[in-house]
Amino acid sequence: MSGIPHDHYEPSSRPEKWLHRRLPIVSLLYDVVMIPTPKNLNWMWIWGVVLMFALISQILTGIVLAMHYQPNVQLAFASVESIMRDVNGGTFLRYFHANGASLMFFAVYMHIFRSLYYGNYKTPREVTWIIGTLMLVLMMAIAFMGYVLPWGQMSLHGTAVITGLFGAVPFVGESIQTWLLGAGAVGQPALNRFFSLHYLLPFILLGLTVVHVWAFHHTGNNNPTGVEVRRGSKEEAQRDTVPFWPYFVIKDLLALVVVLIVFVAIVGFMPNYLGSPENYVPANPLKTPPEIVPEWYLLPFYAILRAFTNDVWLVIAVDWVTFGIIDAKFFGVLAMFGSLVVLGLAPWLDTSLIRSGRYRPMFKWWFWLFVVNFVMLMWAGAMSPEALGGWIPAISLLGASYYFAYFLVILPILGVIERPLAPPASIEADFAAHYDAQTGGTHTIPTPAE
Amino acid sequence: MSDIAAPRHDGLHDGPHEAPHGSPRGTRRDFIYYATAGAGAVAVGAAGWTLVNQMNPSADVLALSTIRVDVSGVAVGTQLTVLWQGKPVFIRARTPEEIEAARAVAISDLVDPNAENANLTDASAQATDQNRTTPPFSPDGSPAADDGTWLVQVGVCTHLGCVPLGQAGDYGGWFCPCHGSHYDTAGRIRRGPAPRNLLVPRTAFVEASVIQLG
Repeated sequence: MSGIPHDHYEPSSRPEKWLHRRLPIVSLLYDVVMIPTPKNLNWMWIWGVVLMFALISQILTGIVLAMHYQPNVQLAFASVESIMRDVNGGTFLRYFHANGASLMFFAVYMHIFRSLYYGNYKTPREVTWIIGTLMLVLMMAIAFMGYVLPWGQMSLHGTAVITGLFGAVPFVGESIQTWLLGAGAVGQPALNRFFSLHYLLPFILLGLTVVHVWAFHHTGNNNPTGVEVRRGSKEEAQRDTVPFWPYFVIKDLLALVVVLIVFVAIVGFMPNYLGSPENYVPANPLKTPPEIVPEWYLLPFYAILRAFTNDVWLVIAVDWVTFGIIDAKFFGVLAMFGSLVVLGLAPWLDTSLIRSGRYRPMFKWWFWLFVVNFVMLMWAGAMSPEALGGWIPAISLLGASYYFAYFLVILPILGVIERPLAPPASIEADFAAHYDAQTGGTHTIPTPAE
Repeated sequence: MSDIAAPRHDGLHDGPHEAPHGSPRGTRRDFIYYATAGAGAVAVGAAGWTLVNQMNPSADVLALSTIRVDVSGVAVGTQLTVLWQGKPVFIRARTPEEIEAARAVAISDLVDPNAENANLTDASAQATDQNRTTPPFSPDGSPAADDGTWLVQVGVCTHLGCVPLGQAGDYGGWFCPCHGSHYDTAGRIRRGPAPRNLLVPRTAFVEASVIQLG
């Protein structure tokens, strides 16, 4: 499976040989868990396993919640309350599932920032990256549809706003929106189909996860130096890597324990902290809540959607050039989806030949500004447009501009003007420089730059 | 290339794909290819369209398209909100001040100069206050004099579909709390991201105090 030379599975006992001749499944699993993994991976390489755990636990809790849930506008809210009050362990199951979405998004954002910093998206890992971007989009759709199911005020009016995004498409928008909702407005058809899709799509996500893992098992993991594992011979590769089992499995599980301590504390002690109290009000189509705010993990993209109002010169120019086909509303929608497209195109927008940000003195600053900007967009997305003396749209516009500039201007130019530092000759050399051989690697020598 | 050109079947072939002297000639196998591909395309298309079309509004949803509303309880300066086709409809009896404010606005000051009124036969009618209001009941069917009291509109913000709040915003009409769209007392968009005026649905007085929607 992996392009890095390594030991292969040899069936030894008679039953193993019998099975191996007919279906080499043990061999496949052996190659997956024994993949040679760069031995210098740091703690930012744990989020994949956290995500795997989160996806599987979401699917399991989701399946049992569906045994008690009613996808009907008259019954949905009450059935969720019944899960909370009557179903054995229902409170915990529902809170685990609702906060599990937050865990997944927290982990996926860390996972993505890790990849942006260490250049994981660069050749030859573009396909892993593209699939990952698709998975992010799918996760957003799944999380949104799940949020609709309790049929509270935010469920109903959030759906009106999100399907309204498709209504902004010129000429065919209204038909698309009606088709999505199955009616002229949000109601029973929408709830019913969102339930169906919320059940289906996580399995598609699981399938994409397999392809995502397959892709980077084929290319091998990136690592904090961005230097490739040497593949000249098995011995050479073994000086740069250790097998995933047991070394990284144990490390990742330890990290998972720490993450889960925090997660379970949130589920147990502050399960509604990340949610909106408005969604505990039954859906009422006659009254919009005072503020429609998506869940925290969608806020940066929501801020980009709202940033392009019809007084921005770029919006006015595009409106004029396209004879009004792309108005402010459609522009905002294009910007929101465009923000995910430029993320997916990062491998081709980044012109630097050096993979890891560790050896890119200028890139580092722009990267951290990108992270800060992302958090700022998240904050701006949560604020009412009228708040802060009406400055929120301007702040959102600034943040959205930097988001796009990072991918479309900064990454292409930096590769040309930046003078990177020399990366180490090999992972082995980097490892030796960081871990003291005398103490068996327990004494760490920190990288001064990080 | 030469191995492809070499004959592959002995005895079983039902004629060459090309006639010996280079002129293409249809064979039974070609016919089977095209027939299979054609049938497959039709089947996939039919199945695909069925799967897509089932998501469009069903017959029972479409059936609920006309309702009658008794507005005798709506005093001047108040608003009745009813649910019609799953959407809120604002039925407002406007005060003289609101009517006056709406009529004082020049068309050139409007973001959307179109009346957006489904009752007008002229689709490009201007968004004057008179073009947005609903005239009172006329027993003999002749056009009744409209004093501008009744304003009936779909209570869905034309930006992204929130329900605007009444008697709020900078123009004293409606204000959408989601993204800050301000509508005036005739429901016309004045400021904010919404592109169009609040839509006036098909509506008419069918009795002195009964409005029909749809």
